[in-house]
Amino acid sequence: MMFVPGNNPGMMADAHIYGPDSIMLDLEDSVTMAEKDAARLLVHNALKSIDYGTTEMVVRINPLNTPYGKKDVEAVVKAGVDVIRMPKTETADEVRELEAEILKVEEEIGAVGRTHIMAAIESALGIVNAYAIATASKRMMGIALGAEDYSANLKTNRTPGGAELLLAREQIVVAARAAGIACFDTVYSNLDDMETFRKEVELIKTLGFDGKSIINPRQIEVVNEVFTPTEKEINKARAVVAAIKEAQAKGSGVIAVNGKMVDRPVVLRAERTIALAVAAGVISEEEAL
Amino acid sequence: MRNSKVVSLEEAIRRSGLKDGQTISFHHHFRGGDKVVNMVVDKLAQMGFKDLKLAASSLSDVHKPLIEHIKNGVITGISTSGLRGELADAISHGLLPEPVVFRSHGGRGSAIAKGELKIDVAFLGASSADELGNATGHGEKSVCGSLGYALPDARYASHVVVLTDDLVEYPNMPQSISAADVESVVVVESVGDSSKISSGAIRDSKNPRDILLAKQAAKVIINSGYFKDGFSIQTGTGGASLAAVKYIREEMIARGIKASFALGGITAHMVKLHEEGLIGKLIDVQSFDKVAAESIHNDPLHQEVSAVEYASGEHLGSATHALDIVILSALEVDTQFNVNVLVGSDGIIRGAIGGHQDTAADSALSIIVCPLLRGRIPCVVPKVLQLSARLILFLSGTRLLA
Repeated sequence: MMFVPGNNPGMMADAHIYGPDSIMLDLEDSVTMAEKDAARLLVHNALKSIDYGTTEMVVRINPLNTPYGKKDVEAVVKAGVDVIRMPKTETADEVRELEAEILKVEEEIGAVGRTHIMAAIESALGIVNAYAIATASKRMMGIALGAEDYSANLKTNRTPGGAELLLAREQIVVAARAAGIACFDTVYSNLDDMETFRKEVELIKTLGFDGKSIINPRQIEVVNEVFTPTEKEINKARAVVAAIKEAQAKGSGVIAVNGKMVDRPVVLRAERTIALAVAAGVISEEEAL
Repeated sequence: MRNSKVVSLEEAIRRSGLKDGQTISFHHHFRGGDKVVNMVVDKLAQMGFKDLKLAASSLSDVHKPLIEHIKNGVITGISTSGLRGELADAISHGLLPEPVVFRSHGGRGSAIAKGELKIDVAFLGASSADELGNATGHGEKSVCGSLGYALPDARYASHVVVLTDDLVEYPNMPQSISAADVESVVVVESVGDSSKISSGAIRDSKNPRDILLAKQAAKVIINSGYFKDGFSIQTGTGGASLAAVKYIREEMIARGIKASFALGGITAHMVKLHEEGLIGKLIDVQSFDKVAAESIHNDPLHQEVSAVEYASGEHLGSATHALDIVILSALEVDTQFNVNVLVGSDGIIRGAIGGHQDTAADSALSIIVCPLLRGRIPCVVPKVLQLSARLILFLSGTRLLA
């Protein structure tokens, strides 16, 4: 998910050509107070007039308790945004409040249920309430960590190893999985240190995240490289899936591949590996069968 | 020494027999660091000359003092391959009584050789020269490397004045400009700031759009059919062109392919590939940075060529006729595959045609790297404002992926 400032038409016009899975046009922190209205208008028109293809379009709105939040919701829902990202989410009630606002606009334009919600969790209270937030609305498609505000709230600093974020990251993954939705990690803002960035992406992949937030197209390649299964992983996954199909045909449950026991979790992991490989375009859907 | 040609600038001008209405010429190998044009034209103005025609291989931001000389009637005509900055702006708004004649680098070389562009006095800056006028782009103070664009002037001008800030002992060998062509030598404080011919170090573009354009251009080249052992290539100095070299290099190594030569303005990137054994020879009409300027001095497989040998459309022996692939940039491209590299969307001159149409016409494969939009201004248009070249293949970096 690539963050693009909502007040920069040059960046908005061609953000999709770099191939991010989703683009988050920002109306919140990257836009100054004086530009809030202009940015809202720009984002509305970008969503309506630019062909972003299959890229999932997300807009980060201002909090509903500011003078801009509700206007943001109206503008982007009417423009047909896929997902509204709510910043600084702390409670399930806030999610329900946003849901009501979205519904109001959707009813007005006759498009009820079209808009999804993503909640950014950026405080200790939000982390404590992560599962409640994740399950507060059937529109909730994912939760994400906002690390800058979160570490400030914890009264600590960001470090290269990310020790200060460990609990928050794990809590978000666990809450998302329990709720059956997606989870996204925070941004890494030092563009000159691609090595540390890669390590961070490897770490959050291991923790179970579905993806990483990025601030520059140069980061896309690294995220894709880390998340795309290797040929070895794909072959292993295929062997597992083939073996389980064969076993099912014979009516037996537990099987072994290369001398290791294969049970249901192993099969699930193998299926996810193949799905990721298809999504990354390294194998076709036919090859996955 | 006996027969020394060293005189003051004023004396050199007097000896040249220059008259009002005649044509004077300059090269632009010091690019943004050039000091010769302003120094000489100031002196000519001081000596009372009027109505001179200035024939430069290119002019840039640094030549804005010419505005006053045009207003005062010292300069009344210009021919060049490029105009930038305040001078270009003033001329675009009608400063000059007659239109500027833009010639490509190869076109200028041909025009001089054929006498279409007759040069009365050439004032040629050199990094070093001896007292008889043997001159090169290598010296102690100001280094510019190749003197390729100055060579037609040196050979065909009626009178040649070499200006240098490094007078060396005779014989200055090997020379680029021969003493046989030189009438006077003028020693000056500085002919140019070599730090401004470009940056000294290889720098890869971090602009994601340049990188994307470069990857696309590299893909086209690799799959073009011309990408095979012994191919030849020329690139510009734009971020996307330089980055494309990086991706082509990776594929050359992977497939074990080597290029026979690289042509044109030579950069540190090309020198690196040459030193790695990936490019056999470098044919250098203009050294774009210090690394290239040093390499041409030290490496026998890195050679200087004149503008005529480089890109003359009429001489089938010129190097562009042997060129396989060229990567060029553009301000505008239209839907009929016409390219504009000279005039902005506002009608103001803001660029240089350089060797653009020479290489586009003569090479086997011409690739234009150009975004769809710059800021909010479209670069792909129904009709270009000014026609620089007509193309066979056009590559837009953006919509191909979308």
